[in-house]
Amino acid sequence: MMMTRRLFPFLPTAALDRDLGRAVEELFNLVQRGPIMRPLGFPALNIWEDGQSLMAEAEVPGLTMDDIEVFVVGNELTIKGNRRPPAETKATYHRQERGTGEFTRVVTLPVDVDPDKVEATLKNGVLLITMPKAEQARARKIAVRTA
Amino acid sequence: MSESIEKVETTRLGPERTRGGQCFVPNVDIIENGQKYLVLADVPGATAESIDVSYERGLLTIHAKVEPRQPADGVGYLLHEYGVGDFYRSFEIGEGIDASQIQAEVANGVLTLHLPKAESAKLRKITVKG
Repeated sequence: MMMTRRLFPFLPTAALDRDLGRAVEELFNLVQRGPIMRPLGFPALNIWEDGQSLMAEAEVPGLTMDDIEVFVVGNELTIKGNRRPPAETKATYHRQERGTGEFTRVVTLPVDVDPDKVEATLKNGVLLITMPKAEQARARKIAVRTA
Repeated sequence: MSESIEKVETTRLGPERTRGGQCFVPNVDIIENGQKYLVLADVPGATAESIDVSYERGLLTIHAKVEPRQPADGVGYLLHEYGVGDFYRSFEIGEGIDASQIQAEVANGVLTLHLPKAESAKLRKITVKG
């Protein structure tokens, strides 16, 4: 077995020392990369708009429409779902980076949308939600008359 | 969720790109199951036609091309938490894999690789004679 220098000699065991060392390292990586500054939930969302609609997109690999619920109440968009672990029993995991479990993401939309016309499609693990803006929130082309 | 799902952009991994755009590291599970290894990789937006899986001299490489599908940067995003681009990752595979029998399939943005163990690496039960 390889001997390594302990970072935190006050800890009772070498294993604890290694775990804490890793945790500190991960924390530093996170701070360097930046995401710790952002309030992130799952799934990550991109939202953009055109004159008529708001579009929200999320990457949800492995999910089917049966695993996801999307609803709009007032100006709040909610995405709920459950990502199941792989159906492998009696298996050994060498890496497990893909998260599993239930998730809920709620975002407040900046404009009113028409909840009856919201559409969600799921293709290749990408969820796209199209939310037509409510009549009063739409962009209007104003005819300019010459005086 | 039990793990961070933050999308990580590739830094030093893999060859340098000649094509523009971003490239990300897919999250993977690697599962050993008796006779084979399974690699599950999250590649949302990729299709069977857009994914290259290659195995050469012990290096298993996944490259999934993902075309931009959102407005270009700078166009009024109200929320922009992830980028869209290719996925790239490679693994060193020991000699315990039967390379000719590697299979790959993709469904719902998850790539599954089946890596059967070579005959010599399979677990054998040895009968102990009394």
